[in-house]
Amino acid sequence: MKALHIGRMAAVLTVGALALTACGTDNAVTPGNGGTSAAAGASVSGTLTGTGATSISAAMDAWKAGFESANSGSTIQYSPEGSGAGRKALIAGAVQFAGSDAYMKDAELADAKAKCGPDGAINVPWYISPIAVAFNVPGVKDLKLDAATVAKIFRGDIKNWNDAAIKAANPSATLPDLAITPVHRSDNSGTTENFTDYLAQAAKSVWTDAKSGDWPSALPGENAKGTSGVVKTVTETAGAVTYADDSAVTDVLGKAELKVGDAYVPVTAEAAAKAVDAAKVVGGRSANDLSLKLDRTTTAAGAYPAVLVSYGVFCAHYPDAKTVDLVKAFGNFAVSDAGQKAAADAAKSAPLSAALAAKAKASIDSITVAAK
Amino acid sequence: MFSGAALGAGVLIVVVLFAVAMFLVIQALPTFSAAPADITGGKGFTSYIFPIVIGTLIAAAIALVIATPIGIAVALFISHYAPRGMARGLGYVVDLLAAIPSVIYGAWGATFLASQLKAPYQWLAENMGWIPIFGGPASGTGKTILTAGIVLAVMVLPIIASLAREIFLQAPMLHQEAALALGATRWEMIRMAVLPFARGGIISAVMLGLGRALGETMAVALVLSSGPLIASLIRSGNQTIAAEIALNFPEAFGLRLNELIAAGLVLFLITLLVNMVARWIISRHKEFSGAN
Amino acid sequence: MATLMTERKRSALTRGRLPKYTPYVVAGSAIVVAAALMALIGFNAFGWAVLSAVLFAAGNVASSAVVEGRRRATDKLATSLVVGAFLVALLPLVSVIWTVLVNGVPGLLTPGFLGTSMKGVTGAVDNASVAGHTQVLGGVYHALLGSVLITFWATLISVPVGLLTSIYLVEYSADNKFSKVITFLVDVMTGIPSIVAGLFAAAFFGLIMGPGTKTGFVAALALSVLMIPVVVRSSEEMLKIVPNELREAAYALGVRKWRTILKVVIPTAISGIASGVTLAIARVIGETAPLLVTAGFATQINSNVFAGWMASLPTFIYTQIMTPTSPSNPDPSAQRAWAAALLLILLVMLLNLGARLVARLFAPKTGR
Repeated sequence: MKALHIGRMAAVLTVGALALTACGTDNAVTPGNGGTSAAAGASVSGTLTGTGATSISAAMDAWKAGFESANSGSTIQYSPEGSGAGRKALIAGAVQFAGSDAYMKDAELADAKAKCGPDGAINVPWYISPIAVAFNVPGVKDLKLDAATVAKIFRGDIKNWNDAAIKAANPSATLPDLAITPVHRSDNSGTTENFTDYLAQAAKSVWTDAKSGDWPSALPGENAKGTSGVVKTVTETAGAVTYADDSAVTDVLGKAELKVGDAYVPVTAEAAAKAVDAAKVVGGRSANDLSLKLDRTTTAAGAYPAVLVSYGVFCAHYPDAKTVDLVKAFGNFAVSDAGQKAAADAAKSAPLSAALAAKAKASIDSITVAAK
Repeated sequence: MFSGAALGAGVLIVVVLFAVAMFLVIQALPTFSAAPADITGGKGFTSYIFPIVIGTLIAAAIALVIATPIGIAVALFISHYAPRGMARGLGYVVDLLAAIPSVIYGAWGATFLASQLKAPYQWLAENMGWIPIFGGPASGTGKTILTAGIVLAVMVLPIIASLAREIFLQAPMLHQEAALALGATRWEMIRMAVLPFARGGIISAVMLGLGRALGETMAVALVLSSGPLIASLIRSGNQTIAAEIALNFPEAFGLRLNELIAAGLVLFLITLLVNMVARWIISRHKEFSGAN
Repeated sequence: MATLMTERKRSALTRGRLPKYTPYVVAGSAIVVAAALMALIGFNAFGWAVLSAVLFAAGNVASSAVVEGRRRATDKLATSLVVGAFLVALLPLVSVIWTVLVNGVPGLLTPGFLGTSMKGVTGAVDNASVAGHTQVLGGVYHALLGSVLITFWATLISVPVGLLTSIYLVEYSADNKFSKVITFLVDVMTGIPSIVAGLFAAAFFGLIMGPGTKTGFVAALALSVLMIPVVVRSSEEMLKIVPNELREAAYALGVRKWRTILKVVIPTAISGIASGVTLAIARVIGETAPLLVTAGFATQINSNVFAGWMASLPTFIYTQIMTPTSPSNPDPSAQRAWAAALLLILLVMLLNLGARLVARLFAPKTGR
């Protein structure tokens, strides 16, 4: 009985709390206030649900806002639980699309056939973000580093900023006598996987670990959770160096130029897009799958090979036409010029090149209703 | 009727827990049949789980060693030392503190506390480095297991203080007045009339606190710069089970997922063990219970 | 002096007490000595305060030991320790609260923060407001609503179950085998990592309602799994310390057992039970991980716990801190996160107030 009293009191409080804020509205942003402009196209309606990588959440916010304002009857739900969780949810049929920092492995594609039909799932690149090597060295903002030096720094083989190897590439910089503290991600992440992939390919002789979303635990150094965590730690620690999505690296930190071929390439969106263009599509998959095998050892002029590509993972077939229309409309919006520009404005990502965007659009357009 | 409802609630708990346990065991099972080389670290599940079990125990132990005496003292201060008006306000504040989300404690620990502790750690490493737990070199960021333990202590403190205060306030007034009338000082009165009465409740409060300290994920994940098991508390290293799960769960897939759930199962068992010990201690003091 | 001492020892009642002004003298000299010592090793205000306090306590205890005897000295020592521990405990807690207040108040006072959701707020919006030094847009209404509703349902499930279970354990079970099993299992439940509770609830509803079912109610169920053991344990403890004399008096008057429990036992313990329930709510209202896997992550308003994804304050805070809406300008997100944290604390304060009101209304008059 007393439980009821407590319940009643809770109910009163709830009503009170709701009454306090009963004037809630979804219109936080009025048009012209920085909101994304509407995209042209036939209007679709319904709710589309996705789960996946945290790396694209800022871009997803932008896509969601742009898409929902263009298609007033539609709702996009996206839960940033992680790439693995996203792929798993798609395989289980819990969501209509997944966001993933790594394309589906062959085994996962086979698993996806249970819910997605005999053609399984397709991976479509929709978000590119360069990974910066960011450092906090007082008085130094620019450094030129080659892959082997970066690998040695992160392995703890180069222990001081005035090391000869760094000096040789940067004769003009005044490098202080300061111990290097490498900082890496403590959580399993797509950024780590892409960065270790870069080191493993471009600095084969130094980086002997395989690429992995987990940082090799035997290596020395500090760690922190999430992109914002590593950036914050490096900002507060003199002599620290980390790798992070370029968009999150603040101006107080320096960013390294990486050696590609014979030149040093700074982190820019264009350079990242160039590196992705040089990538090959993974063979042995359905014709519409755009899984990319990045060549981190590329010597293409002006390409920045430490880059993260995030994929939208869709089923090749959905059971009803309404879902197909919705998925296609949203996918096409994300890879369109407007969508990529919205993401670039919001998340400082690198837009897909025109050629890749066209391929991505063709992939998404291949999604059809499942044959009964 | 009423007793039936009470019994029914008990049965419901049993059913729910059984379901949770089945869920855990089924999900964890593949880990134990997997080849040792497939487990993270490549040496089988035992060598994977051992360091993080120890790390969990270290962090929880630091938290309790700090929070238990201080929590009890805070509760005593509120119940028996502070002026009445002040006590009510303080009790209120302590209850509130238990409600601050762990993300906030984590953010506070990672940004504010860790940087404050850098210098003391440096000092400890230089002057007391011969004691293994203070072995240098001290962490450059202050994000160590000791910092994580202190943050946990701050989180656990309100729980212990709040429950202990309730217990202290329930101590029989007559006994306390009798003790004072016999010329006991305030401390003697507390020792003779309050603490023995409250012993079971205090242990219960500490156990609830321990439950939070063992299972806390976000705060540890944000504060601790994790690494392999080391003895030193002031170097970056060590890891707790809950934080390991939180950090790796989002990207986990296949066997790795089963592994993490198995780690959760182990955490479960540790808490169970600790609670059993606590129950056993309380049962030796049953005579102070009002209902028999 | 010697004659004085022997004279004083004659009577135990009037034996030496320190004069009333002693503490002030000790405090004064402690501050001076501490300042002198600090001057020797390098001065800082914090160290000075700590050293003064320690010296003050030591001086008080020592003078009492010399004049008043061992028992009073022990009492003084205990008082110093209790007060000292309290002050030590205040330091981090005040620091945390201060951090939340300083960072949270500006955001909370932003017009529209309480009334709007995050729908349509993107990194571009944040970039624009940082560049133009305009007000931060986007609000917390959807998350506040979600948190209130989810917690309400979780409380509605866990309090009856938890309270009834503890009544069974204390009043009915007579320590039989089954009660031992329940006690044991409740202990086990306190050890469930929160993410496991979330996964369990998600899997459970996935089986019944189809995969990927995420609603506010699923989240409420997950939180209940975490709440119930806390409710059971704290209310069991509170019921136990209700004196048996009260029950026996009621029985002697011919009152039935269930009426005795409802009218005598629970009202006596209600303050503690309410405190325990508040603690239980406080324990779960800040949970992040289980909510993300059970209620999803929404940016728009949803007031239906049985359909659609729902936001909540902790998931809002967590995502705003860990993945800022605009990665290159995280300040607006940080402002929203701290403001939401402050709001969460205020919400718990309100609940706490409610619980105390309940306790006040139903508690019997006592000697206190």
